Amino acid sequence: MTTTKDIDVLTICQLLRPAEERWIASRYRLTRADKDAVPDEIASKARALITSGLDGAPGALLDRMPNLEIITVNSVGYDLVDLKKALARHIPVTHTPDVLTDDVADLAIGLMIMTSRRLGVADRFVRAGRWTREKFPVAGKVSGKKLGILGLGRIGRAIAQRAEGFGMEILYTDRARLNSNYRFLPDLVSLAKESDFLMVATSAGPDARHMVNEAVLEALGPDGILINIARGSVVDEAALLAALEDGRIAGAGLDVFEHEPNVPPVLFRRDDVVLLPHIASSTRETREQMGRLVIRNLEAWFAGKPLVTPTPETLAMLANR
Amino acid sequence: MPDSIDVLLVAEMAPLVDRRVATSYRLHRAAPGDTIPADIAGRIRAVFSGGSSPDALLVQLPKLEIVASASVGYDGIGLKTCVARKIPITTTPAVLNDDVADLAIALMLMTSRKLAACDRFIREGKWLTANFPMTHRVSRKRLGIVGLGRIGRALATRAEAMGMSIAYHNRRPAEGTSYRYFPKLLDLARESDFLVVILAAGPDATGIVNREVMEALGPDGILVNISRGQVVDEIALIALLQEGKLGGAGLDVFVDEPRVPAELMAMDNVVLLPHIGSRTIETRTDMGMLALDNLDAWFAGKPLLTEVPETQAARRVAK
Repeated sequence: MTTTKDIDVLTICQLLRPAEERWIASRYRLTRADKDAVPDEIASKARALITSGLDGAPGALLDRMPNLEIITVNSVGYDLVDLKKALARHIPVTHTPDVLTDDVADLAIGLMIMTSRRLGVADRFVRAGRWTREKFPVAGKVSGKKLGILGLGRIGRAIAQRAEGFGMEILYTDRARLNSNYRFLPDLVSLAKESDFLMVATSAGPDARHMVNEAVLEALGPDGILINIARGSVVDEAALLAALEDGRIAGAGLDVFEHEPNVPPVLFRRDDVVLLPHIASSTRETREQMGRLVIRNLEAWFAGKPLVTPTPETLAMLANR
Repeated sequence: MPDSIDVLLVAEMAPLVDRRVATSYRLHRAAPGDTIPADIAGRIRAVFSGGSSPDALLVQLPKLEIVASASVGYDGIGLKTCVARKIPITTTPAVLNDDVADLAIALMLMTSRKLAACDRFIREGKWLTANFPMTHRVSRKRLGIVGLGRIGRALATRAEAMGMSIAYHNRRPAEGTSYRYFPKLLDLARESDFLVVILAAGPDATGIVNREVMEALGPDGILVNISRGQVVDEIALIALLQEGKLGGAGLDVFVDEPRVPAELMAMDNVVLLPHIGSRTIETRTDMGMLALDNLDAWFAGKPLLTEVPETQAARRVAK
């Protein structure tokens, strides 16, 4: 059996668990580096790159890696991988779909209820000792309301399924009408207009940048709530801040931001927002499954077996060889 | 004519409800503990309550015909007086089921995924220097419901959509469900990842979620209480959380509201809410509207919609 111990693997992923890193290090020659400080020696030798959704694989780094054969992304989103460059060099890219769908959908539902019912505010209210002096204000009901989903992919559908248990009416928009029983709206402004909650669940990328803009927020309206569990880049953050400040929307539940981990401090004193530090897939159960997928894809590649979870573009590329 | 009927309003109502009662009736406002001026007291035919209308109030009202309460519980209403004088009490039992079920799901998610702690983490500027540690999944875990009534069923529907397995403990098996039944609460706790307490409070429910039950739930288990504080042994709860023998707790109710033990306020694996199970503008409005529907029915000579069984029985007895 060929030894994998001579294969150089570079990891710039901050989120692999120690056990997984140790396992990979026992099979391959693993070097860990910061994305912005990869030594020339490892860059030139590495045949595999392990990265995370937010570290990605910038073109500049790929240019320094002539021996690169495969990129394994520890995330379902891979918008920060320079796909054009990777495909041009026939470098396959794998990601971690499905294993995190449930956790992300759970978080979307939790964010929605927390924002509408002001539960983060309520918990802080109790901890500050205010309950003995004041009454907590009434908030907004969730069950039975209208949920508009931007992006009815795996995660969007999982959110819709949960929302049905709350008697919510589901609407969606996507690039085109999909095979679904939910009501399709042809554009995002129409969707926002009809929704009580606008759920951003689309994959990110250059086309999706700032899709949720001032016009969409205006259409969502003063009783509407925005929930973003996709990528910060999909929402025009400045427009969102202005809309909240002016009361043009009722609130926002956010797990992602344009410049993580920087969250605009003006949001910290607001009661109409819930702020989470990009934790949608951050459970032990899911991170373990994601890590395992990264390993399985690496192993498959170097054993000459079919990749487990190649991205759609990669599948197409491999099929066209 | 309806607007010549004198109604005493003794609670704060949602704006739409307030507008409706003020235009439908001749409205007088007071607090439940007030002494009502004699000329008004002598004319009052109905009390519109938010759950509190003690005997001391009702005895001031000789012409009282009905008490309509925008509440589920009526232990704050002078039941003895009403039964004796054959005055119907109406409540609003089912209206808040969705809100309370929504809150139960939220408490499960917020406790397991530490969402309130995460929100505080960002607001305290900590995300700039560290990631929040991994937490635990909720989907596909085991939900144990203590008290499978209407709210319990609403909770089960939501949890099933998250792939959770459902089991419950009641005094007797519930009709028309296929969920797994546990005759012993201790066994349910042992086989649950989340134990959600929804049963109606009463003397025999006090302290049934005791140290033994919570220990059976275990260091990875999460307790959610949205019923009444008394149902859980709060002292044992605090001790077990401090000892690491219970994974976490999501609480909307406490033994001595609005006082919450300081020990709980210091913990990151608990979520503390100020008894807001049904505190939404929509449900408060719906509850007030249903109470008014009962009032309107009464004065139109039509059957009441949601009268409590005790006054129903009293009024059925031949005079």
